[in-house]
Amino acid sequence: MSWRIADRELGSRLILGTGGFRTHEALAAALAESGAEIATVAMRRVDAGASGSLLDVLRDADVSVLPNTAGCFTARDAVTTAQLAREALGTDWVKLEVIGDDKTLLPDAVELVAAAEQLVADGFVVLPYTNDDPILARRLEDVGCAAVMPLGSPIGSGMGILNPYNLRLIREQAGVPVILDAGIGTASDAALAMEAGADAVLLASAVSRAADPAQMARAMRMAVEAGRAAFEAGRIPRRLYADPSSPLEGVPELS
Amino acid sequence: MTIWVNGERRDLPDGATVAVAVEASGASSDGRGIAAALDGEVVPRDRWSDTELADGQHVEVVQAVQGG
Repeated sequence: MSWRIADRELGSRLILGTGGFRTHEALAAALAESGAEIATVAMRRVDAGASGSLLDVLRDADVSVLPNTAGCFTARDAVTTAQLAREALGTDWVKLEVIGDDKTLLPDAVELVAAAEQLVADGFVVLPYTNDDPILARRLEDVGCAAVMPLGSPIGSGMGILNPYNLRLIREQAGVPVILDAGIGTASDAALAMEAGADAVLLASAVSRAADPAQMARAMRMAVEAGRAAFEAGRIPRRLYADPSSPLEGVPELS
Repeated sequence: MTIWVNGERRDLPDGATVAVAVEASGASSDGRGIAAALDGEVVPRDRWSDTELADGQHVEVVQAVQGG
């Protein structure tokens, strides 16, 4: 079933980051297997020696480009980077990242909210990469973000969802889509995120750095679909003791 | 005059514009997928050729790369 960010209707609930793929061919193969309709890119200084165009790969795969502000440590830098991306790529969508620390790449909450507020005022569709903090997620929604994107664990760590409780709280109160962003290591992590009610999953390293990226992209696609279906189906409650699935009446006496 | 283009020192003729700096960066001449900032402020593409540079200014020329 389709879902929506801002005024965009989407089929796939998997958003693929393009970081870490060794070649454009590997990226193209993973995009095809993932079924993703949106892929992230970063903005960096022009490299005259770079071969081939990333944008051509994304266009051929028929995916929309979502620029990020990776590498920014201040609201000011993030806002300028988003504006550069809008100018270069012709999109007013931005994955907002404002990082507080090189080692953990965890978001700087204060700068993040400030940047989000400025970008919303400037007409951007802002998708903030955020800590898994329900209150911060609420503040981001309050300033007009089109979604909130809590981390499962630090970027590229592959540790999965360290605080599923917080993810559930964020989901419960959010009035905008919740996209689990960062930390996914393997397919079951993506399924868990979707079972917890996430609207979508954004991942890069789990696919791009897998031994077989295209195969992992396919696994992620299926995991996201399975997790969403399970969420919609409504799981049974956990219980401490068994609950028989065969009738207790009519058991024959055999001894 | 001296202009810093993507962190590299360049000697550009007086009266050079942002367009000249973009070309000096090695960006493809059609400017597709490219954006430029002058001293931290975005300069829209249609202003590149009439925005003159002053000695010591910094121009950043960026494009999309794999990431995120």
